Amino acid sequence: MFEIIESLKAPWPWYVAGAVIGLIVPALLIIGNKTFGLSSNLRHICAACFPANIKFFKYNWKNELWNLFFVAGIMIGAFIATHYLSNSNAIIINENLKSTLINLGVTDFQHLMPSELFSLNSLSSIRGFILMVVGGFLVGFGTRYANGCTSGHAIMGLSNLQWPSLVATICFMLGGFIMTNFILPFILQFN
Amino acid sequence: MPMSNHTQPLNDIKLDETSACINHSEKKESVFSLLKYALIGMLFGIVFVKAEIISWYRIQEMFLLQSFHMYGVIGTAVTVGIISVAIIKKYNIKTIQGEKIIIIPKIFTKGHIYGSLLFGLGWAMTGACPGPIFAQIGAGLMSGFVILASALFGTWTYGFFQEKLPH
Repeated sequence: MFEIIESLKAPWPWYVAGAVIGLIVPALLIIGNKTFGLSSNLRHICAACFPANIKFFKYNWKNELWNLFFVAGIMIGAFIATHYLSNSNAIIINENLKSTLINLGVTDFQHLMPSELFSLNSLSSIRGFILMVVGGFLVGFGTRYANGCTSGHAIMGLSNLQWPSLVATICFMLGGFIMTNFILPFILQFN
Repeated sequence: MPMSNHTQPLNDIKLDETSACINHSEKKESVFSLLKYALIGMLFGIVFVKAEIISWYRIQEMFLLQSFHMYGVIGTAVTVGIISVAIIKKYNIKTIQGEKIIIIPKIFTKGHIYGSLLFGLGWAMTGACPGPIFAQIGAGLMSGFVILASALFGTWTYGFFQEKLPH
């Protein structure tokens, strides 16, 4: 019993995570004919809170309450995992990435996110502001423009063999490669 | 309007593809019945944290080709998803309420290219796609609130300019 709990507290391997995420697709279909897709929730929240008479936000978002329940569950699950299912070991990071980041003044490798870049304090630094505010904006704008995100296109769309989702997934990856390899090294210099 | 989109002209569907069209079930569900989605979400949230999918480092490693982890997660998820959907279609599996399972095909627009590229940039910057943003908040990361607020503003801005953008 002790070993089981200890192994649950260590980081989970990719095949466990991948299998669970993949099974969410049929689970949502079977329990209520719902297709997996998380970025729609950003739209539902806008429609519920700031519709501003915009046509795009005029629909009955209450029909989509199930998805808002789903993200509420994600928050609770993340809370449980963080507080009751984690050990105190520092996160393991690729040595090359680590030394690159140390050169850029990122030295806190205890948690899932580097606190020098992602915290309320770092919001006042140029790089912190760009990463969180501009980055967040691009996530919200881009996913809606693309009509889906990693869950709606890369997981759900590909599961249903939809070629528009394959195009979207390739473009997600391309955007990510461009940012991480060519733009981010420049942004991270602005402490 | 769960089913009404099927009768719309094609142009409207193009711009309106997701307008509340995720919910294909005709049945109204009570709040109690909605809790089952929260339960699946909880499992998902635990996986997000425990497999470190919400970690900025894992996303950087993926785009720097320094780690197999995220490719393994996404590859396994897609494989399991493809097999599951194929089984559902082949055996005509119904929902637990007895409805026929409907998955609306995706309709391609140029937004799939422009929007996806922009999202990719944002994904690499924040280390978070929309799901993990909520998980970051649950994990107690204050930066998650900032990213969520910015993402909501991004979605709102898209809605504001939607008809002027190339699709």
